[in-house]
Amino acid sequence: MCDFPFFSLVCTGEIFELKAELNSDKKEKKKEAVKKVIASMTVGKDVSALFPDVVNCMQTDNLELKKLVYLYLMNYAKSQPDMAIMAVNTFVKDCEDPNPLIRALAVRTMGCIRVDKITEYLCEPLRKCLKDEDPYVRKTAAVCVAKLHDINAQLVEDQGFLDTLKDLISDSNPMVVANAVAALSEIAESHPNSNLLDLNPQTINKLLTALNECTEWGQIFILDCLANYTPRDDRESQSICERVTPRLSHANSAVVLSAVKVLMKFMEMLPKDLDYYGTLLKKLAPPLVTLLSAEPELQYVALRNINLIVQRRPEILKHEMKVFFVKYNDPIYVKLEKLDIMIRLASQANIAQVLAELKEYATEVDVDFVRKAVRAIGRCAIKVEQSAERCVSTLLDLIQTKVNYVVQEAIVVIKDIFRKYPNKYESVIATLCENLDSLDEPEARAAMIWIVGEYAERIDNADELLESFLEGFHDESTQVQLQLLTAIVKLFLKKPTETQELVQQVLSLATQDSDNPDLRDRGYIYWRLLSTDPVAAKEVVLAEKPLISEETDLIEPTLLEELICHIGTLASVYHKPPSAFVEGSRGVQHKRLPGSAGSGESADSPDTGSAAGVSEAPPAVIPSQGDLLGDLLNLDLTPPTTSGPPPAPSSGMQMGAMDLLGGGLDSLVGLLHAAMGAGFGAPPTAMPASFPPPVSGGLDDLFDLGGSVGMPMGAYSPPKSIWLPAMKAKGLEISGTFARRAGVIQMEMTLTNKAMSIMTDFAIQFNRNSFGLAPAGPLQVLTPVGPNQSIEVALPLSTVGPVMKMEPLTNLQVAVKNNIDVFYFSSQYPISMLFVEDGKMERQVFLATWKDIPNDNEAQFQIKDCHLNSDAASSKLQGSNVFTIAKRTVEGQDMLYQSMKLTNGIWVLAELRVQAGNPNYTVMSRLVFVLTCSGANHKDYKTESREV
Amino acid sequence: MYMHVLVLICRNYKGDVDMAEIDHFMPLLMQHEEEGLLCPVLSHGSVHFMWIKHSNLYLVATTNKNSNASLVYSFLYKLVEVFTEYFKELEEESIQDNFVVVYELLDELMDFGFPQTTDSKILQEYITQEGAKLEVAKSKVPTTVTNAVSWRSEGIKYKKNEVFIDVIESINVLVNANGSVMSSDIVGSIKLKTMLSGMPELRLGLNDRVLFALTGRDKGKTVTMEDVKFHQCVRLSRFESDRTISFIPPDGESELMSYRINTHVKPLIWIESIIEKFSHSRVEIMVKAKGQFKKQSVANNVEVRVPVPSDADSPKFKTSTGNAKYVPEKNMVVWTIKSFPGGKEFLMRAHFGLPSVENDELEGKPPITVKFEIPYFTVSGIQVRYMKIIEKSGYQALPWVRYITQSGDYQLRTNV
Repeated sequence: MCDFPFFSLVCTGEIFELKAELNSDKKEKKKEAVKKVIASMTVGKDVSALFPDVVNCMQTDNLELKKLVYLYLMNYAKSQPDMAIMAVNTFVKDCEDPNPLIRALAVRTMGCIRVDKITEYLCEPLRKCLKDEDPYVRKTAAVCVAKLHDINAQLVEDQGFLDTLKDLISDSNPMVVANAVAALSEIAESHPNSNLLDLNPQTINKLLTALNECTEWGQIFILDCLANYTPRDDRESQSICERVTPRLSHANSAVVLSAVKVLMKFMEMLPKDLDYYGTLLKKLAPPLVTLLSAEPELQYVALRNINLIVQRRPEILKHEMKVFFVKYNDPIYVKLEKLDIMIRLASQANIAQVLAELKEYATEVDVDFVRKAVRAIGRCAIKVEQSAERCVSTLLDLIQTKVNYVVQEAIVVIKDIFRKYPNKYESVIATLCENLDSLDEPEARAAMIWIVGEYAERIDNADELLESFLEGFHDESTQVQLQLLTAIVKLFLKKPTETQELVQQVLSLATQDSDNPDLRDRGYIYWRLLSTDPVAAKEVVLAEKPLISEETDLIEPTLLEELICHIGTLASVYHKPPSAFVEGSRGVQHKRLPGSAGSGESADSPDTGSAAGVSEAPPAVIPSQGDLLGDLLNLDLTPPTTSGPPPAPSSGMQMGAMDLLGGGLDSLVGLLHAAMGAGFGAPPTAMPASFPPPVSGGLDDLFDLGGSVGMPMGAYSPPKSIWLPAMKAKGLEISGTFARRAGVIQMEMTLTNKAMSIMTDFAIQFNRNSFGLAPAGPLQVLTPVGPNQSIEVALPLSTVGPVMKMEPLTNLQVAVKNNIDVFYFSSQYPISMLFVEDGKMERQVFLATWKDIPNDNEAQFQIKDCHLNSDAASSKLQGSNVFTIAKRTVEGQDMLYQSMKLTNGIWVLAELRVQAGNPNYTVMSRLVFVLTCSGANHKDYKTESREV
Repeated sequence: MYMHVLVLICRNYKGDVDMAEIDHFMPLLMQHEEEGLLCPVLSHGSVHFMWIKHSNLYLVATTNKNSNASLVYSFLYKLVEVFTEYFKELEEESIQDNFVVVYELLDELMDFGFPQTTDSKILQEYITQEGAKLEVAKSKVPTTVTNAVSWRSEGIKYKKNEVFIDVIESINVLVNANGSVMSSDIVGSIKLKTMLSGMPELRLGLNDRVLFALTGRDKGKTVTMEDVKFHQCVRLSRFESDRTISFIPPDGESELMSYRINTHVKPLIWIESIIEKFSHSRVEIMVKAKGQFKKQSVANNVEVRVPVPSDADSPKFKTSTGNAKYVPEKNMVVWTIKSFPGGKEFLMRAHFGLPSVENDELEGKPPITVKFEIPYFTVSGIQVRYMKIIEKSGYQALPWVRYITQSGDYQLRTNV
């Protein structure tokens, strides 16, 4: 045992003492000295001054001493790169030591010395170790390749280490295979497009064989790697599943979860009528349940994942409700997750039991847990209609407890129940009104006010109740103010005679005495409505509201699919895609579930989702009354987390699309024109007068072939340009560009701090724009940006934001905030960014549509100086989601028929003519616009012009 | 990617997370604890902390990637296991006293964020606390490290070859305040103490219903195991195909397998309680415990733990058997019965005074919990039918089997 007081070193002269000891002739003394050095290092003292003396001890046959010296090296090599070179020789020598432990130790340490200068000296020893006869050395060397790659990727590629690593996948030793897989996966993560892992049926077979033999950790690496593979067909998928299912019986929870990930993913490919599909579903439940007896942290990870699994495949756990019942001694984070899953699994069959449990929880003492339990009761009522009555009476019982936060929470959920089942449970209003005074949280107050306003005709003293709130109007939160305004207007419309004074009072409070624009706007709208046409006001304000839907807290399907591919990882714990919390993950592929056999349902791109939304809405230019009302009445009452009307991107899209066509059509044509035209070299000739001036960054740019010969085809992205000069933004300079990467529109920006002080707290917002572009998440600037520092950020964009036609059409107005100020700038995005991946039209549909389009919807223009033949142009365009449907050659002239689809569901059909052999390459195209309004019923717009 | 920080010691396996980041951990933890939003994952900027607590130590892994979270927690628990095997107790002092070994272990356990060899028995073959003494043995890698059989070394010798099998079943029960059983299950575990020479091949036969159905046997009682988990030594694919449990066992003690049975079992010890709380004056507790198992069996060391309000005082007890004791620091009465035969019924009454000034702090409603052990008996009726031991030297070895049933998470909710 070491009974030296290693941690008691304090004296300042100790360095000299240690120096002497390190240079001692006695081995024992040397070793103890090194131990003391390491001890000092461990407690955070700087002992780097001893570098040469410690390195001198490196050449020893004492393994323990060697390990300590190596440890020291790893810590200080970076701060003393010149000295670190001294160690190189010993490394090289140690890599040839007869003892495999020493060889492995050397190769392991080498990779941890992150000094550029010495890495190249390490290549030869590493190469030898990768081919070492001892598997212990090989497995260590495999990891070392990943380490080296992290320091100098180019070097690793140049030295061919990646190929050696790939060869190790066929190694006879399972541990070596596992480490090679781990290293390759790690490297592949930083090279999203490289085909490093080159998974094919042969390698998959090797991996599956190694799976049976390697350690638990190795099994996890292999399973995680398997999850990235996409089987060719359902049979291959089934055979992999069959070989992975035994892992569900592993004692290590992490192995089980990784196996679940592979199975959940590959299951997508199995036809649902297959017997094996059912068997697999049954096999998944027991291991998931058993995960709940693991340590609490593992339980937490398991529960977060079960939450995803239940949303994707509710059938797996539908009979397992009981295991999610909360235990008294569960940690709070486990309790809250269990509650969430209980609600997801609630059904008519088990609702009685669930309610009894929830009621029990609601009388606990932990405030967060109790609140969530009360909310859960409300959600059950909305989800399972048969239980609504029971839920309401349970909530009333809870209100009787008079526990303040229970009462408030109950009122909030009862409001939702009223929305779902109108005119059914008003008998409870009296009880609710009794508790009016105890409400001190804005959400509960707003809910109560809504109830009073909504049922004003049945509450005798509704006016008194609302008036009592009015006294402290300016102290209320916006949410309550807005609700109070609406409620009093409703009251007035129902009982006009007694409440005239009240309504005037609230309108003037809202419009004249308030500086909140939302409140003022709503106040004015009511005011004008009431003053111009009281009948219309009644129709608008008191119109029937759409029922709220039951599941508004579901994770959006595309995100859910992505998260299923990340089962077991942090992403699945946060319920966020990795790009949302991992820096520098832009360009990393978003994982998707493979399409199921036969039906292409899950192969749909996210954009089809919104397009489908468009097709469901009636093709009306004016938004339906319901939408408007929904807007007016329910904006604040229903935060998206609880139940409320889902945001209606469909109607927004609908309006947007129509808007574009109403006035924006020709500018869109112009854009495409500019896009296909300008950048080929010369500006397009014969530009129709109605077209706006060409906007840089259109289709034309797609043809920009400069330097990209031999590069894989990808969507075009223009080079970054300066959007916001530092002069205009107190030292913040923003340059950026837009790109479409793996189906996601990204705004890629470089933020440069040209000021003297640090910038933090970045946030971004867009103005309404033509295609509803909006940030899909907050701006991820996680570290403060120091003076003269720049930072790269990629902001994924969604296309479900509010729509407003811009001039020019692709103009985007952006506001960026930091700790200093808010800055505005506008930029224009290339229209090609909006072309979605599934823009390839069926041939027949194309033909039919092409014919059906009225002539006045066609536009035409010319592109000059394009040095491409038609095939190159076609594949170049395909990279940007412009798909060639057919090609025809007439008299040496190639005609390409192409289709593309915009994010808002507008189809663009085009004919591209390329005259081969013409020195002045002329490309002519003809554009057609199609708006898909519903499945088969096209409303077509067509613009035509003559050939130029 | 991961580093392991014990405030005392840390090891940065990759260079991508700044070591100083850990300074953010404790304040972050405190802040979450205060808000009552404790969570096993915390993040600060782009760095994510995954942590577990062992006695007074925090084991924290940090990452800035989308790491496999379940792997991280499994690994952290494994770390605790390995350190505990090495140093008996994992605590501040044991780390400080053994920091050289700790560094060596950390190097073997993980490389560049990839867990490597975590089997403490194998690690002990080449990383030892008494460095100098074992210089010779340490100079070579045990082949076991990279073997397909990475859990057992070659050349083990015993004079007498024996294997002890413990079948332990834990009963988890959750009973509602009105006496209905909300959930109940059995978690079984088969533990081995192997004292066998060489590289023996073992095969364990259980009265597994699926196996009996497969082989067409139908006599005798069988058991349906809902979910089975095995030690890594068991050939999983073999079990998957024909339900055979075959393996080369690790030497010494190990958990061979665990299983879960979801059948509705009658709670073995049934508790009825009446707790009456008269505000400002007293609490009266009456608890009846009934043994709902075979008369021949006896439950040992039974403990019935009944919660009492935190401000209760002057306890008085009356019991028909056993001993009742007030444990004020845990706010409970512990009623101990050394030996509790099946079919019997016992009573305990307790009386507490309450202060006249009411405690306005809200108290939770802790359930009554019960602890017990019933030897020579399994609730599920699981049986070891045989244990075949084959070793190439052909020795005869004896398997010994013991059965025991005990309480697991055994909770009965109360009205108060």
